Amino acid sequence: MEFLVASAIGTLTAGGVYLILRLRAFPVILGISMLSYAVNVFLFSTGRLAVDAPPILQKYADVPYSDPLPQALVLTAIVISFGMTAVLVMFALGAYLEADHDRINIREDDEPEETSTEGQGA
Amino acid sequence: MNHWIIAPVILPALLAPLLAFVMRHDIVLARVASSVGTVVLAGIAIGLTALEAGGGTQVYFLGDWPAPFGIVLVLDRLSAIMVLLTSLLSLLVLWHAIATGWDNRGRHFHALFQFQLMGINGAFLTGDAFNLFVFFEVLLIASYGLMIHGGGRVRLRAGLQYVVMNLAGSTLFLFALGTLYATTGTLNIADLAVKVQAMPSDDVALVRVAAILLMIVFAIKAALFPVQFWLPGTYANAPAPVAALFAIMTKVGAYSIIRIYTVVFGPDVTATQGIVTEWLMPAAVVTLFAGAIGVLGAKRLMPLLAFSVVGSMGTLMLAVSAFTPYALSTALYYLLHSTFAAAALFLLADLVVSQRGNDALTAQPPVLQNGFFAALFFAGAIGMAGMPPLSGFLGKLMVMDGVRDQSWMVLAWTAILLGSLVTIVGFARAGSMLFWKSTSMSAEVTGNEVETEKRIGALQVVPTLAALGMLAILSIFAGPASRYLEATADQLFDNSDYVSAVLSRAGEGQE
Repeated sequence: MEFLVASAIGTLTAGGVYLILRLRAFPVILGISMLSYAVNVFLFSTGRLAVDAPPILQKYADVPYSDPLPQALVLTAIVISFGMTAVLVMFALGAYLEADHDRINIREDDEPEETSTEGQGA
Repeated sequence: MNHWIIAPVILPALLAPLLAFVMRHDIVLARVASSVGTVVLAGIAIGLTALEAGGGTQVYFLGDWPAPFGIVLVLDRLSAIMVLLTSLLSLLVLWHAIATGWDNRGRHFHALFQFQLMGINGAFLTGDAFNLFVFFEVLLIASYGLMIHGGGRVRLRAGLQYVVMNLAGSTLFLFALGTLYATTGTLNIADLAVKVQAMPSDDVALVRVAAILLMIVFAIKAALFPVQFWLPGTYANAPAPVAALFAIMTKVGAYSIIRIYTVVFGPDVTATQGIVTEWLMPAAVVTLFAGAIGVLGAKRLMPLLAFSVVGSMGTLMLAVSAFTPYALSTALYYLLHSTFAAAALFLLADLVVSQRGNDALTAQPPVLQNGFFAALFFAGAIGMAGMPPLSGFLGKLMVMDGVRDQSWMVLAWTAILLGSLVTIVGFARAGSMLFWKSTSMSAEVTGNEVETEKRIGALQVVPTLAALGMLAILSIFAGPASRYLEATADQLFDNSDYVSAVLSRAGEGQE
């Protein structure tokens, strides 16, 4: 199981990093999602992997339990990474609609001089 | 337990949803509420700093849970001074945004602003590494919104880069925390300090990995080489008042480095001995030069200021990387100074840009109040580049004095002096192009059709003047300020106070 989890984390991370380096909005979003899955699995495994052990301490019976804290951390991390990915999608969509292409890098020639002269609203 | 400790987090956290849901259609109401909230926050911050002036570490146990199990907020001198700095800066930025109408150019400026304050204050006050991550995310998600406030093509695309960069950084942060938790079994900063200190030597490798990973994460936030590249694009394209507020965000990274690498991975901890200075010092030197060269090469005013922020972070981290109490106190002085200097310049740049219509560093016909803004710009530039009489000079002098005993003293002094020289040249070039060359062009086109309505009023200049005034106050009261900061640094390096204050109630939970 250790090997399976470790290689899953490694593969997800490698794929995520590769996709982020593509410099196009859609692969980057996928890459960030894969990275956050990788980190969630990784966080989950930081409390040591235990099968069939609930993360609850039993007061009356001496049964095995797994570390509850990583599960709480993962829960927070999942919520945050979902929210952040949603924000990223909105950003990418906005940037795509404004610029008509989804490249992440900004070239010198498409920097107009209008940084702070846009009108009201928007 | 002093309940005021949590007020800097709770107050903006309660105000922001109100602003977003109740006051979103009434800009006047939102302005009043946001201003009142920020003023109250400043009052609380002053109170907390006064409370800490006597020394001692105050701990707030959320839900009254004892420390390693529950979440704690810790108020010591460092967090008090950082919260005070945040609230003063936010007052200036908020005034500027309201006076120039920036808050009305997009929706939800005030709500995002308050969320940002909540995140920053929380990051400064928290005593738990995972909570540090959570507050980082809170301040980041607010900063994403502020970054694209007002919209526009380039701003959105620069914002996209900023978000991607920070999401990658957040993932790395979680990896670092996971590694740390796997080896120590805790994420409470005080508990970590105890556990890392007592770490058996065969587990040290993973702790060192975690320490370096954390360093990379904080370096991204603090814009240190080689992960500084996101900053110029972001700050240069953010709305100017937001860029001024962001001046504190790089300091959140610096604060985290200072906090974690003195309390947890202190210089006398055998597990991680040496790794921080080894990496931080060269990175700081390169950052300093990267900033200085960027200032020299910038073609627009906003990137120029953004690069000067990078350079100032280099100077700051150079002092931090020495990891002696005295050097750290000089770093803190420079931190206070560089925050206000950057804010003053960004606010001023906004006024100049709104008069000129663009921020290109080319000669254009002079605008109204040309001389006045030239004077302000040079005052700001003097502060940023570190020339007398403003606090930049004292700050750099102190930093140089602080690293005097290090073996790499020559390198550090060369870097600071050379970096300052290049920065001065860059600022002088920009200033003469903006303000002096333009006067010679006045003969041809003095288009007065746009200029008549663009006179900058007194109210709009006040925040800039106040930020410059803070630099003057910092230099006049350099003595008391550096004494307070020396006590702060001593408190940081002697972490027994911090640890015992947080863990004092460790045994109480079972009763």
